[in-house]
Amino acid sequence: MNYLGIEPVRPRVALFSFTGCEGCQLQLANHEESLAEFLAAIRIVRFREISSSEQGEYDIALVEGAITRNDEVERLLAIRAQTKVLVALGSCACYGGVNRLKNSLDPAVMNREVYGDLSQESLPTRSVGEVVTVDLEIPGCPVSKPEVERIIQHLIWGIPYSFPAYPVCLECKQSFTLCRFQQGELCLGPLTRGGCRAICPAGGLGCWGCRGPAADPNYPEFFAIARQQGFSEREINERLTFFGGLEVTP
Amino acid sequence: MLFRIVEKMAFRSLIQLLLETTQVIGPRKIAVTREGKPVHQYLPLSGFEELELGYDTTDIPAKSYFLPYEENLSTWSFIGNDWTQEITYRLQPRVLVGLHACDINALLKLDKVMTREFFPSPYYISRRKNSFIIGIDHEPCQGGFCHWLGTDSVNRGFDLFLTDLGDRYFVAIDSERGFTLLQQVAVRLVTENDTADYLTVRRRIASGFAPPLDVRQLPRLLDMEFDSEIWRRWGAKCLSCGSCAAVCPTCYCYGVSENVSMDFTRGAKVKQLYSCTLKDFAEVAGGHNFRSARETRLKYRYYHQHRGFVEQYDEPKCVGCGRCGRSCLAGINPQEIIGDLLATEVPS
Ligand code: SF4
Ligand code: SF4
Ligand code: SF4
Ligand code: SF4
Ligand code: SF4
Repeated sequence: MNYLGIEPVRPRVALFSFTGCEGCQLQLANHEESLAEFLAAIRIVRFREISSSEQGEYDIALVEGAITRNDEVERLLAIRAQTKVLVALGSCACYGGVNRLKNSLDPAVMNREVYGDLSQESLPTRSVGEVVTVDLEIPGCPVSKPEVERIIQHLIWGIPYSFPAYPVCLECKQSFTLCRFQQGELCLGPLTRGGCRAICPAGGLGCWGCRGPAADPNYPEFFAIARQQGFSEREINERLTFFGGLEVTP
Repeated sequence: MLFRIVEKMAFRSLIQLLLETTQVIGPRKIAVTREGKPVHQYLPLSGFEELELGYDTTDIPAKSYFLPYEENLSTWSFIGNDWTQEITYRLQPRVLVGLHACDINALLKLDKVMTREFFPSPYYISRRKNSFIIGIDHEPCQGGFCHWLGTDSVNRGFDLFLTDLGDRYFVAIDSERGFTLLQQVAVRLVTENDTADYLTVRRRIASGFAPPLDVRQLPRLLDMEFDSEIWRRWGAKCLSCGSCAAVCPTCYCYGVSENVSMDFTRGAKVKQLYSCTLKDFAEVAGGHNFRSARETRLKYRYYHQHRGFVEQYDEPKCVGCGRCGRSCLAGINPQEIIGDLLATEVPS
Protein backbone atom coordinates (compact mmCIF):
# COMPACT_ATOMS: atom_id res chain seq x y z
CA MET A 1 0.00 0.00 0.00
CA ASN A 2 1.25 3.39 -1.03
CA TYR A 3 2.07 5.71 1.90
CA LEU A 4 3.26 9.33 1.41
CA GLY A 5 3.42 8.48 -2.28
CA ILE A 6 5.95 5.74 -1.59
CA GLU A 7 5.15 2.26 -2.82
CA PRO A 8 6.76 -0.07 -0.30
CA VAL A 9 9.07 -2.71 -1.70
CA ARG A 10 9.68 -5.78 0.38
CA PRO A 11 13.33 -5.74 1.37
CA ARG A 12 15.14 -9.03 1.85
CA VAL A 13 16.17 -9.24 5.47
CA ALA A 14 18.70 -11.62 6.96
CA LEU A 15 19.42 -12.11 10.64
CA PHE A 16 22.82 -13.02 12.00
CA SER A 17 23.73 -13.92 15.51
CA PHE A 18 27.07 -13.41 17.24
CA THR A 19 27.97 -13.42 20.93
CA GLY A 20 24.76 -12.80 22.84
CA CYS A 21 21.68 -14.53 24.13
CA GLU A 22 19.62 -14.36 20.89
CA GLY A 23 16.98 -12.52 22.90
CA CYS A 24 16.79 -9.77 20.30
CA GLN A 25 16.08 -12.29 17.52
CA LEU A 26 13.42 -13.82 19.69
CA GLN A 27 11.98 -10.37 20.26
CA LEU A 28 11.45 -10.05 16.49
CA ALA A 29 9.08 -12.99 16.64
CA ASN A 30 7.11 -11.17 19.36
CA HIS A 31 4.30 -8.62 19.17
CA GLU A 32 1.95 -11.23 17.79
CA GLU A 33 -0.86 -8.86 16.82
CA SER A 34 1.27 -7.52 13.97
CA LEU A 35 3.62 -10.45 13.36
CA ALA A 36 1.87 -11.58 10.18
CA GLU A 37 1.93 -8.04 8.78
CA PHE A 38 5.57 -7.68 9.78
CA LEU A 39 6.52 -10.85 7.96
CA ALA A 40 4.51 -9.74 4.92
CA ALA A 41 6.26 -6.36 4.76
CA ILE A 42 9.72 -7.88 4.50
CA ARG A 43 11.15 -11.04 3.03
CA ILE A 44 13.08 -12.93 5.65
CA VAL A 45 15.79 -14.90 3.96
CA ARG A 46 17.56 -16.02 7.08
CA PHE A 47 16.11 -16.24 10.57
CA ARG A 48 16.90 -19.13 12.88
CA GLU A 49 14.11 -18.36 15.35
CA ILE A 50 11.48 -18.81 12.65
CA SER A 51 13.03 -21.05 9.98
CA SER A 52 16.36 -22.67 9.36
CA SER A 53 16.70 -22.01 5.63
CA GLU A 54 19.91 -20.26 4.58
CA GLN A 55 19.08 -18.52 1.30
CA GLY A 56 21.48 -16.24 -0.50
CA GLU A 57 20.93 -12.55 -1.27
CA TYR A 58 19.70 -9.87 1.14
CA ASP A 59 19.30 -6.09 1.33
CA ILE A 60 19.29 -5.62 5.10
CA ALA A 61 21.44 -7.55 7.53
CA LEU A 62 20.27 -7.43 11.13
CA VAL A 63 23.27 -8.31 13.23
CA GLU A 64 22.78 -9.39 16.80
CA GLY A 65 25.47 -9.97 19.42
CA ALA A 66 28.95 -8.69 20.21
CA ILE A 67 32.17 -9.74 18.47
CA THR A 68 34.47 -11.83 20.64
CA ARG A 69 36.26 -14.31 18.35
CA ASN A 70 38.33 -14.22 15.18
CA ASP A 71 35.87 -16.39 13.22
CA GLU A 72 33.15 -13.90 14.15
CA VAL A 73 35.24 -11.08 12.72
CA GLU A 74 35.55 -12.98 9.43
CA ARG A 75 31.84 -13.77 9.25
CA LEU A 76 30.98 -10.15 9.99
CA LEU A 77 33.32 -8.84 7.29
CA ALA A 78 31.67 -11.18 4.78
CA ILE A 79 28.21 -9.93 5.78
CA ARG A 80 29.33 -6.32 5.42
CA ALA A 81 30.67 -7.02 1.96
CA GLN A 82 27.38 -8.56 0.86
CA THR A 83 24.69 -6.33 2.38
CA LYS A 84 23.43 -2.88 1.41
CA VAL A 85 22.35 -1.97 4.92
CA LEU A 86 23.91 -3.34 8.08
CA VAL A 87 21.95 -2.86 11.28
CA ALA A 88 23.36 -3.54 14.74
CA LEU A 89 20.47 -5.10 16.60
CA GLY A 90 20.42 -4.82 20.38
CA SER A 91 22.82 -3.55 23.02
CA CYS A 92 25.40 -6.33 22.52
CA ALA A 93 25.75 -5.42 18.86
CA CYS A 94 25.63 -1.67 19.55
CA TYR A 95 27.90 -1.46 22.60
CA GLY A 96 29.26 -4.90 23.34
CA GLY A 97 26.59 -5.33 25.99
CA VAL A 98 27.03 -7.37 29.12
CA ASN A 99 29.81 -9.29 27.33
CA ARG A 100 31.95 -6.20 27.56
CA LEU A 101 32.28 -6.60 31.33
CA LYS A 102 35.08 -9.10 30.75
CA ASN A 103 37.28 -6.43 29.12
CA SER A 104 38.14 -5.01 32.52
CA LEU A 105 39.33 -8.40 33.81
CA ASP A 106 42.54 -10.33 33.25
CA PRO A 107 41.85 -12.46 30.10
CA ALA A 108 43.67 -15.52 31.45
CA VAL A 109 41.86 -15.48 34.79
CA MET A 110 38.56 -14.89 33.04
CA ASN A 111 39.13 -17.74 30.57
CA ARG A 112 39.93 -20.18 33.38
CA GLU A 113 36.87 -19.01 35.34
CA VAL A 114 34.53 -19.77 32.42
CA TYR A 115 36.16 -22.69 30.60
CA GLY A 116 38.29 -24.32 33.29
CA ASP A 117 41.12 -26.33 31.74
CA LEU A 118 39.49 -26.30 28.27
CA SER A 119 40.74 -22.81 27.47
CA GLN A 120 39.03 -21.16 24.43
CA GLU A 121 40.15 -18.51 22.03
CA SER A 122 38.52 -15.22 23.05
CA LEU A 123 39.19 -11.62 22.01
CA PRO A 124 38.33 -8.55 24.01
CA THR A 125 34.63 -7.82 23.35
CA ARG A 126 33.90 -5.35 20.59
CA SER A 127 30.67 -3.88 19.31
CA VAL A 128 29.73 -4.53 15.68
CA GLY A 129 30.56 -0.91 14.90
CA GLU A 130 34.09 -1.34 16.22
CA VAL A 131 34.72 -3.98 13.56
CA VAL A 132 32.77 -2.84 10.49
CA THR A 133 30.82 0.23 9.38
CA VAL A 134 27.31 0.15 10.78
CA ASP A 135 24.45 1.96 9.03
CA LEU A 136 22.03 1.94 11.90
CA GLU A 137 22.09 0.98 15.57
CA ILE A 138 18.97 -0.27 17.35
CA PRO A 139 19.81 -0.42 21.05
CA GLY A 140 17.92 -2.25 23.79
CA CYS A 141 18.30 -5.37 25.88
CA PRO A 142 16.28 -6.71 24.26
CA VAL A 143 15.25 -4.39 21.42
CA SER A 144 11.67 -3.15 21.47
CA LYS A 145 9.67 -4.84 18.74
CA PRO A 146 7.39 -1.84 18.10
CA GLU A 147 10.52 0.27 17.63
CA VAL A 148 12.02 -2.28 15.24
CA GLU A 149 8.77 -2.21 13.25
CA ARG A 150 8.95 1.55 12.89
CA ILE A 151 12.60 1.41 11.87
CA ILE A 152 11.90 -1.24 9.24
CA GLN A 153 9.11 0.97 7.91
CA HIS A 154 11.51 3.88 7.63
CA LEU A 155 14.06 1.70 5.84
CA ILE A 156 11.33 0.67 3.39
CA TRP A 157 10.32 4.30 2.78
CA GLY A 158 13.90 5.49 2.69
CA ILE A 159 13.17 8.11 5.35
CA PRO A 160 15.62 8.53 8.24
CA TYR A 161 14.30 7.33 11.57
CA SER A 162 14.87 9.50 14.64
CA PHE A 163 15.30 7.85 17.99
CA PRO A 164 13.93 9.72 20.99
CA ALA A 165 16.45 12.39 22.05
CA TYR A 166 15.07 12.50 25.57
CA PRO A 167 16.13 10.31 28.49
CA VAL A 168 13.99 7.71 30.25
CA CYS A 169 12.88 10.20 32.97
CA LEU A 170 10.33 11.80 30.66
CA GLU A 171 8.60 8.48 30.18
CA CYS A 172 8.43 7.95 33.95
CA LYS A 173 6.46 11.17 34.18
CA GLN A 174 4.26 10.14 31.27
CA SER A 175 3.40 6.88 32.98
CA PHE A 176 2.90 8.39 36.48
CA THR A 177 5.87 6.31 37.66
CA LEU A 178 7.43 7.25 40.95
CA CYS A 179 11.11 8.14 40.67
CA ARG A 180 13.32 5.30 41.93
CA PHE A 181 15.62 7.84 43.59
CA GLN A 182 12.68 8.79 45.84
CA GLN A 183 12.76 5.17 47.00
CA GLY A 184 16.49 5.34 47.66
CA GLU A 185 17.52 3.41 44.54
CA LEU A 186 20.04 4.14 41.84
CA CYS A 187 18.71 4.75 38.33
CA LEU A 188 20.51 5.56 35.08
CA GLY A 189 17.34 6.96 33.52
CA PRO A 190 18.59 10.57 33.42
CA LEU A 191 21.43 9.54 31.08
CA THR A 192 19.73 6.82 29.07
CA ARG A 193 17.86 7.20 25.81
CA GLY A 194 14.08 6.91 26.22
CA GLY A 195 11.74 4.96 24.01
CA CYS A 196 11.36 1.88 26.20
CA ARG A 197 8.40 3.47 28.02
CA ALA A 198 10.47 3.36 31.20
CA ILE A 199 9.52 -0.25 31.76
CA CYS A 200 12.16 -0.90 34.41
CA PRO A 201 11.22 1.99 36.75
CA ALA A 202 7.55 1.23 36.11
CA GLY A 203 8.25 -2.34 37.20
CA GLY A 204 10.00 -1.12 40.34
CA LEU A 205 13.62 -1.33 39.18
CA GLY A 206 16.11 1.44 38.43
CA CYS A 207 17.26 1.79 34.82
CA TRP A 208 20.48 -0.02 33.88
CA GLY A 209 21.09 1.98 30.73
CA CYS A 210 20.47 -0.74 28.16
CA ARG A 211 19.48 1.75 25.47
CA GLY A 212 22.71 3.72 25.63
CA PRO A 213 23.04 7.48 26.03
CA ALA A 214 20.27 10.03 25.38
CA ALA A 215 21.06 12.94 23.05
CA ASP A 216 22.69 15.14 25.69
CA PRO A 217 23.81 13.05 28.66
CA ASN A 218 25.10 15.19 31.52
CA TYR A 219 27.58 12.77 33.11
CA PRO A 220 29.21 15.11 35.66
CA GLU A 221 25.87 16.27 37.04
CA PHE A 222 24.50 12.73 37.12
CA PHE A 223 27.54 11.57 39.00
CA ALA A 224 27.21 14.43 41.49
CA ILE A 225 23.52 13.61 42.05
CA ALA A 226 24.14 9.90 42.53
CA ARG A 227 26.97 10.60 45.00
CA GLN A 228 24.81 13.07 46.87
CA GLN A 229 22.03 10.46 47.06
CA GLY A 230 24.48 8.25 48.90
CA PHE A 231 25.78 5.87 46.22
CA SER A 232 29.45 4.99 46.14
CA GLU A 233 31.70 5.67 43.17
CA ARG A 234 32.01 1.92 42.68
CA GLU A 235 28.28 1.28 42.68
CA ILE A 236 27.72 4.06 40.18
CA ASN A 237 30.49 2.98 37.83
CA GLU A 238 29.47 -0.67 38.01
CA ARG A 239 26.04 0.33 36.86
CA LEU A 240 27.37 2.66 34.17
CA THR A 241 29.56 -0.04 32.62
CA PHE A 242 26.91 -2.75 32.68
CA PHE A 243 25.75 -2.60 29.06
CA GLY A 244 28.81 -0.85 27.70
CA GLY A 245 26.89 2.04 26.15
CA LEU A 246 27.54 4.72 28.75
CA GLU A 247 30.66 6.54 29.87
CA VAL A 248 32.26 5.83 33.19
CA THR A 249 32.61 8.93 35.30
CA PRO A 250 35.90 9.62 37.09
CA MET B 1 -20.73 33.08 43.16
CA LEU B 2 -22.99 31.47 45.74
CA PHE B 3 -21.99 29.98 49.09
CA ARG B 4 -23.46 27.07 51.00
CA ILE B 5 -22.55 24.83 53.90
CA VAL B 6 -22.39 21.07 53.51
CA GLU B 7 -21.74 18.69 56.39
CA LYS B 8 -18.85 16.27 55.85
CA MET B 9 -21.16 13.25 55.94
CA ALA B 10 -23.30 14.82 53.24
CA PHE B 11 -20.21 15.50 51.15
CA ARG B 12 -19.26 11.87 51.48
CA SER B 13 -22.70 10.86 50.20
CA LEU B 14 -22.28 13.26 47.31
CA ILE B 15 -19.02 11.64 46.20
CA GLN B 16 -20.49 8.16 46.64
CA LEU B 17 -23.46 9.20 44.54
CA LEU B 18 -21.16 10.47 41.82
CA LEU B 19 -19.06 7.30 41.94
CA GLU B 20 -22.13 5.27 40.98
CA THR B 21 -22.40 6.88 37.57
CA THR B 22 -19.24 8.81 36.80
CA GLN B 23 -15.49 8.50 36.81
CA VAL B 24 -14.23 10.38 39.86
CA ILE B 25 -10.58 11.38 40.04
CA GLY B 26 -8.95 12.59 43.19
CA PRO B 27 -5.73 12.57 45.25
CA ARG B 28 -4.84 9.00 46.20
CA LYS B 29 -1.81 7.87 48.19
CA ILE B 30 0.33 5.68 45.96
CA ALA B 31 3.56 5.31 47.90
CA VAL B 32 5.79 6.59 50.67
CA THR B 33 9.23 8.06 49.98
CA ARG B 34 12.31 6.77 51.76
CA GLU B 35 12.01 9.79 54.08
CA GLY B 36 8.54 8.52 54.99
CA LYS B 37 6.63 11.21 53.11
CA PRO B 38 3.40 10.04 51.47
CA VAL B 39 3.19 10.49 47.69
CA HIS B 40 -0.16 11.35 46.16
CA GLN B 41 -1.36 11.27 42.59
CA TYR B 42 -4.67 12.31 40.98
CA LEU B 43 -6.10 8.94 40.03
CA PRO B 44 -9.52 7.42 39.43
CA LEU B 45 -11.15 6.46 42.72
CA SER B 46 -13.03 3.27 43.35
CA GLY B 47 -14.44 4.41 46.69
CA PHE B 48 -14.63 7.46 48.96
CA GLU B 49 -12.07 5.94 51.36
CA GLU B 50 -9.33 6.31 48.75
CA LEU B 51 -9.83 10.05 48.58
CA GLU B 52 -7.22 11.86 50.71
CA LEU B 53 -8.25 15.49 50.68
CA GLY B 54 -5.60 16.43 53.24
CA TYR B 55 -2.80 15.68 50.76
CA ASP B 56 0.16 18.04 50.42
CA THR B 57 0.66 17.97 46.64
CA THR B 58 0.85 15.53 43.72
CA ASP B 59 3.86 14.71 41.53
CA ILE B 60 1.77 14.91 38.37
CA PRO B 61 -0.59 17.86 37.94
CA ALA B 62 -4.27 17.67 37.05
CA LYS B 63 -3.38 18.87 33.54
CA SER B 64 -2.77 15.25 32.54
CA TYR B 65 -6.57 14.84 32.42
CA PHE B 66 -6.91 17.76 30.02
CA LEU B 67 -3.67 17.51 28.05
CA PRO B 68 -2.78 13.82 28.30
CA TYR B 69 0.87 12.94 27.87
CA GLU B 70 -0.09 10.93 24.82
CA GLU B 71 -3.23 11.43 22.80
CA ASN B 72 -4.56 9.93 19.60
CA LEU B 73 -5.53 12.87 17.40
CA SER B 74 -6.94 10.82 14.55
CA THR B 75 -6.89 7.39 13.04
CA TRP B 76 -6.97 6.91 9.30
CA SER B 77 -7.14 4.12 6.82
CA PHE B 78 -6.73 3.70 3.09
CA ILE B 79 -9.53 1.95 1.22
CA GLY B 80 -8.69 1.39 -2.43
CA ASN B 81 -7.72 4.79 -3.79
CA ASP B 82 -9.64 6.61 -1.13
CA TRP B 83 -9.06 7.15 2.56
CA THR B 84 -11.09 7.82 5.68
CA GLN B 85 -10.28 9.50 8.92
CA GLU B 86 -11.83 9.14 12.32
CA ILE B 87 -11.52 11.64 15.13
CA THR B 88 -12.94 11.06 18.57
CA TYR B 89 -13.16 13.54 21.40
CA ARG B 90 -13.46 12.56 25.01
CA LEU B 91 -17.07 13.30 25.87
CA GLN B 92 -17.87 11.20 28.93
CA PRO B 93 -18.33 13.45 31.93
CA ARG B 94 -15.76 13.13 34.66
CA VAL B 95 -15.33 14.60 38.13
CA LEU B 96 -12.02 15.89 39.47
CA VAL B 97 -12.14 16.40 43.19
CA GLY B 98 -9.57 17.92 45.52
CA LEU B 99 -7.75 20.27 43.16
CA HIS B 100 -5.78 23.02 44.87
CA ALA B 101 -5.94 26.63 43.78
CA CYS B 102 -2.71 26.39 41.77
CA ASP B 103 -4.03 23.57 39.60
CA ILE B 104 -7.28 25.41 38.91
CA ASN B 105 -5.41 28.63 38.15
CA ALA B 106 -3.26 26.57 35.81
CA LEU B 107 -6.37 25.40 33.96
CA LEU B 108 -7.49 29.02 33.62
CA LYS B 109 -4.16 29.81 31.97
CA LEU B 110 -4.40 26.78 29.71
CA ASP B 111 -7.93 27.91 28.79
CA LYS B 112 -6.45 31.11 27.39
CA VAL B 113 -4.01 29.19 25.22
CA MET B 114 -6.25 26.29 24.22
CA THR B 115 -9.67 27.86 23.81
CA ARG B 116 -9.19 31.48 22.77
CA GLU B 117 -6.44 31.55 20.20
CA PHE B 118 -6.94 31.31 16.43
CA PHE B 119 -7.01 27.54 16.59
CA PRO B 120 -8.92 26.44 19.68
CA SER B 121 -8.24 22.82 20.51
CA PRO B 122 -11.39 20.70 20.34
CA TYR B 123 -9.50 17.94 22.16
CA TYR B 124 -8.88 20.20 25.12
CA ILE B 125 -12.28 21.86 25.05
CA SER B 126 -14.17 18.57 25.08
CA ARG B 127 -12.24 17.42 28.14
CA ARG B 128 -12.50 20.76 29.92
CA LYS B 129 -16.23 21.19 29.34
CA ASN B 130 -17.00 17.66 30.46
CA SER B 131 -14.95 17.82 33.63
CA PHE B 132 -16.68 18.79 36.83
CA ILE B 133 -14.17 20.39 39.17
CA ILE B 134 -14.31 20.41 42.94
CA GLY B 135 -11.44 22.40 44.41
CA ILE B 136 -10.30 22.61 48.01
CA ASP B 137 -8.46 25.10 50.25
CA HIS B 138 -5.40 23.78 52.05
CA GLU B 139 -2.45 24.71 54.23
CA PRO B 140 0.55 25.87 52.14
CA CYS B 141 2.24 22.89 50.51
CA GLN B 142 5.94 22.18 50.94
CA GLY B 143 8.02 23.97 48.33
CA GLY B 144 5.18 25.87 46.72
CA PHE B 145 5.33 29.63 46.11
CA CYS B 146 1.91 30.34 44.64
CA HIS B 147 1.57 33.38 46.90
CA TRP B 148 4.41 35.10 45.01
CA LEU B 149 2.28 34.90 41.90
CA GLY B 150 -1.20 35.53 43.27
CA THR B 151 -2.35 32.00 42.50
CA ASP B 152 -2.87 30.87 46.10
CA SER B 153 -6.57 31.54 45.78
CA VAL B 154 -8.99 31.14 42.90
CA ASN B 155 -12.33 32.68 42.03
CA ARG B 156 -13.24 30.98 38.74
CA GLY B 157 -12.58 27.86 36.77
CA PHE B 158 -14.26 25.37 39.14
CA ASP B 159 -17.78 24.13 39.83
CA LEU B 160 -17.43 23.83 43.60
CA PHE B 161 -14.66 24.95 45.92
CA LEU B 162 -14.43 23.66 49.48
CA THR B 163 -12.94 25.15 52.61
CA ASP B 164 -12.61 22.74 55.50
CA LEU B 165 -14.29 24.10 58.67
CA GLY B 166 -13.72 20.98 60.73
CA ASP B 167 -17.07 19.18 60.72
CA ARG B 168 -18.37 20.87 57.56
CA TYR B 169 -17.28 22.46 54.31
CA PHE B 170 -17.79 26.04 53.30
CA VAL B 171 -18.64 25.66 49.60
CA ALA B 172 -18.20 28.29 46.90
CA ILE B 173 -20.41 27.50 43.90
CA ASP B 174 -19.38 28.84 40.52
CA SER B 175 -21.61 27.01 38.06
CA GLU B 176 -25.22 26.11 37.58
CA ARG B 177 -24.34 22.43 37.35
CA GLY B 178 -22.46 22.76 40.62
CA PHE B 179 -25.54 24.26 42.24
CA THR B 180 -27.77 21.53 40.81
CA LEU B 181 -25.47 18.77 41.96
CA LEU B 182 -25.39 20.11 45.52
CA GLN B 183 -29.19 19.87 45.68
CA GLN B 184 -28.81 16.09 45.74
CA VAL B 185 -27.62 16.20 49.33
CA ALA B 186 -28.47 18.26 52.39
CA VAL B 187 -27.00 21.76 52.11
CA ARG B 188 -27.84 24.85 54.09
CA LEU B 189 -27.33 28.58 53.85
CA VAL B 190 -24.27 30.21 55.36
CA THR B 191 -24.72 31.68 58.85
CA GLU B 192 -22.68 34.48 60.43
CA ASN B 193 -20.97 31.85 62.51
CA ASP B 194 -19.90 29.94 59.36
CA THR B 195 -18.54 33.11 57.79
CA ALA B 196 -16.52 33.89 60.89
CA ASP B 197 -15.07 30.37 60.89
CA TYR B 198 -14.34 30.61 57.17
CA LEU B 199 -12.43 33.87 57.62
CA THR B 200 -10.45 32.41 60.50
CA VAL B 201 -9.38 29.47 58.34
CA ARG B 202 -8.50 31.72 55.41
CA ARG B 203 -6.41 33.93 57.70
CA ARG B 204 -4.63 30.90 59.16
CA ILE B 205 -3.82 29.62 55.66
CA ALA B 206 -2.56 33.02 54.51
CA SER B 207 -0.32 33.40 57.55
CA GLY B 208 1.23 29.97 56.91
CA PHE B 209 3.15 31.25 53.88
CA ALA B 210 6.73 32.44 54.21
CA PRO B 211 7.21 36.09 53.15
CA PRO B 212 7.03 36.22 49.32
CA LEU B 213 9.61 37.60 46.92
CA ASP B 214 8.43 40.51 44.82
CA VAL B 215 8.30 39.17 41.26
CA ARG B 216 6.67 42.17 39.58
CA GLN B 217 9.96 43.22 37.98
CA LEU B 218 10.77 39.77 36.64
CA PRO B 219 9.92 40.35 32.94
CA ARG B 220 12.18 43.41 32.84
CA LEU B 221 14.90 41.71 34.86
CA LEU B 222 14.89 38.74 32.54
CA ASP B 223 15.53 41.03 29.59
CA MET B 224 18.40 42.68 31.41
CA GLU B 225 19.93 39.38 32.52
CA PHE B 226 19.81 37.61 29.18
CA ASP B 227 23.56 36.94 29.21
CA SER B 228 23.84 36.46 32.94
CA GLU B 229 26.14 33.85 34.47
CA ILE B 230 23.04 32.68 36.35
CA TRP B 231 22.06 30.70 33.25
CA ARG B 232 25.48 29.13 32.88
CA ARG B 233 25.54 28.11 36.51
CA TRP B 234 22.08 26.56 36.57
CA GLY B 235 22.26 25.35 32.98
CA ALA B 236 25.38 23.29 33.67
CA LYS B 237 23.32 21.20 36.07
CA CYS B 238 20.44 20.47 33.70
CA LEU B 239 20.02 16.84 32.64
CA SER B 240 17.77 17.79 29.70
CA CYS B 241 15.25 15.28 30.97
CA GLY B 242 12.08 17.28 30.44
CA SER B 243 10.62 16.27 33.80
CA CYS B 244 10.06 19.92 34.77
CA ALA B 245 7.75 20.68 31.85
CA ALA B 246 6.08 17.28 32.11
CA VAL B 247 5.00 17.98 35.70
CA CYS B 248 4.29 21.67 35.09
CA PRO B 249 0.53 22.25 35.20
CA THR B 250 0.77 24.95 32.53
CA CYS B 251 3.25 23.48 30.03
CA TYR B 252 1.53 22.47 26.83
CA CYS B 253 4.24 21.95 24.18
CA TYR B 254 3.92 18.82 22.11
CA GLY B 255 5.11 16.87 19.10
CA VAL B 256 3.06 14.84 16.64
CA SER B 257 4.13 11.62 15.03
CA GLU B 258 2.48 9.18 12.70
CA ASN B 259 2.09 5.59 13.75
CA VAL B 260 1.56 3.48 10.64
CA SER B 261 0.44 -0.13 10.71
CA MET B 262 2.87 -2.74 9.43
CA ASP B 263 0.67 -3.41 6.37
CA PHE B 264 0.69 0.33 5.56
CA THR B 265 -3.10 0.53 5.31
CA ARG B 266 -3.92 2.18 8.65
CA GLY B 267 -2.36 4.60 11.03
CA ALA B 268 -2.78 7.11 13.78
CA LYS B 269 -1.59 10.63 14.42
CA VAL B 270 -0.28 10.65 17.96
CA LYS B 271 0.39 13.75 20.00
CA GLN B 272 2.98 13.59 22.75
CA LEU B 273 3.65 16.36 25.26
CA TYR B 274 7.20 17.61 24.89
CA SER B 275 9.51 19.96 26.73
CA CYS B 276 11.68 22.91 25.78
CA THR B 277 14.54 21.58 27.91
CA LEU B 278 14.90 18.51 25.66
CA LYS B 279 17.86 18.51 23.33
CA ASP B 280 15.95 18.44 20.04
CA PHE B 281 13.17 20.85 21.02
CA ALA B 282 14.37 23.59 18.66
CA GLU B 283 15.94 21.36 16.04
CA VAL B 284 14.64 22.07 12.56
CA ALA B 285 14.72 20.33 9.19
CA GLY B 286 18.29 20.11 8.00
CA GLY B 287 19.51 19.45 11.50
CA HIS B 288 20.15 22.99 12.78
CA ASN B 289 19.41 23.35 16.47
CA PHE B 290 18.50 26.85 17.63
CA ARG B 291 19.01 25.87 21.26
CA SER B 292 21.71 23.26 21.32
CA ALA B 293 23.16 24.35 24.68
CA ARG B 294 21.59 23.22 27.96
CA GLU B 295 21.80 26.66 29.49
CA THR B 296 19.95 28.18 26.53
CA ARG B 297 17.16 25.66 26.78
CA LEU B 298 16.78 26.11 30.52
CA LYS B 299 16.85 29.88 30.12
CA TYR B 300 14.09 29.84 27.53
CA ARG B 301 11.90 27.77 29.77
CA TYR B 302 12.13 30.52 32.37
CA TYR B 303 11.61 33.16 29.70
CA HIS B 304 8.39 31.56 28.61
CA GLN B 305 7.13 31.21 32.19
CA HIS B 306 7.91 34.71 33.37
CA ARG B 307 8.33 36.90 30.31
CA GLY B 308 6.90 35.52 27.04
CA PHE B 309 3.60 34.52 28.58
CA VAL B 310 3.33 37.87 30.36
CA GLU B 311 3.73 39.64 27.04
CA GLN B 312 0.96 37.60 25.50
CA TYR B 313 -1.51 37.29 28.36
CA ASP B 314 -0.50 39.92 30.93
CA GLU B 315 0.27 37.35 33.59
CA PRO B 316 3.05 34.84 34.26
CA LYS B 317 2.50 31.29 33.10
CA CYS B 318 3.91 29.80 36.29
CA VAL B 319 1.45 29.24 39.16
CA GLY B 320 4.16 28.51 41.73
CA CYS B 321 3.12 24.93 42.45
CA GLY B 322 6.78 23.97 42.94
CA ARG B 323 6.41 20.68 41.07
CA CYS B 324 9.23 21.37 38.60
CA GLY B 325 11.71 21.95 41.42
CA ARG B 326 10.55 18.89 43.33
CA SER B 327 10.84 16.63 40.30
CA CYS B 328 14.25 17.95 39.24
CA LEU B 329 16.98 15.57 40.35
CA ALA B 330 19.53 18.33 39.77
CA GLY B 331 17.74 20.60 42.22
CA ILE B 332 16.97 23.27 39.63
CA ASN B 333 14.05 25.23 41.03
CA PRO B 334 12.28 28.48 40.25
CA GLN B 335 12.47 29.92 43.76
CA GLU B 336 16.26 29.95 43.76
CA ILE B 337 16.59 31.03 40.14
CA ILE B 338 14.13 33.89 40.67
CA GLY B 339 15.98 34.73 43.89
CA ASP B 340 19.27 34.89 41.97
CA LEU B 341 17.70 37.14 39.34
CA LEU B 342 16.25 39.49 41.93
CA ALA B 343 19.61 39.64 43.70
CA THR B 344 21.12 41.22 40.58
CA GLU B 345 18.94 44.28 41.22
CA VAL B 346 20.76 47.01 43.08
CA PRO B 347 18.56 47.80 46.08
CA SER B 348 17.29 51.37 45.90
S1 SF4 C 1 13.09 6.47 38.01
FE1 SF4 C 1 14.96 6.86 36.84
S2 SF4 C 1 14.22 7.27 34.80
FE2 SF4 C 1 12.49 7.50 36.16
S3 SF4 C 1 12.46 9.68 36.70
FE3 SF4 C 1 13.65 8.63 38.26
S4 SF4 C 1 15.76 8.81 37.57
FE4 SF4 C 1 14.47 9.24 35.82
S1 SF4 D 1 14.51 1.49 31.73
FE1 SF4 D 1 16.69 1.46 31.17
S2 SF4 D 1 17.39 -0.66 31.41
FE2 SF4 D 1 15.13 -0.67 31.38
S3 SF4 D 1 14.57 -1.04 29.23
FE3 SF4 D 1 14.61 1.19 29.51
S4 SF4 D 1 16.68 1.79 28.95
FE4 SF4 D 1 16.72 -0.43 29.29
S1 SF4 E 1 15.62 21.56 34.87
FE1 SF4 E 1 15.72 19.64 36.00
S2 SF4 E 1 13.81 18.58 35.49
FE2 SF4 E 1 14.10 20.21 33.97
S3 SF4 E 1 15.15 19.23 32.27
FE3 SF4 E 1 16.73 20.13 33.58
S4 SF4 E 1 17.29 18.45 34.97
FE4 SF4 E 1 15.36 17.87 34.03
S1 SF4 F 1 7.10 26.36 36.41
FE1 SF4 F 1 7.29 24.97 38.14
S2 SF4 F 1 6.40 26.05 39.87
FE2 SF4 F 1 5.74 27.09 38.02
S3 SF4 F 1 3.77 26.17 37.52
FE3 SF4 F 1 5.31 25.06 36.37
S4 SF4 F 1 5.84 23.33 37.69
FE4 SF4 F 1 4.76 24.80 38.97
S1 SF4 G 1 8.09 26.35 25.83
FE1 SF4 G 1 8.80 25.20 27.61
S2 SF4 G 1 8.00 26.35 29.33
FE2 SF4 G 1 6.85 26.98 27.55
S3 SF4 G 1 5.05 25.65 27.50
FE3 SF4 G 1 6.61 24.74 26.22
S4 SF4 G 1 7.64 23.29 27.55
FE4 SF4 G 1 6.56 24.72 28.87
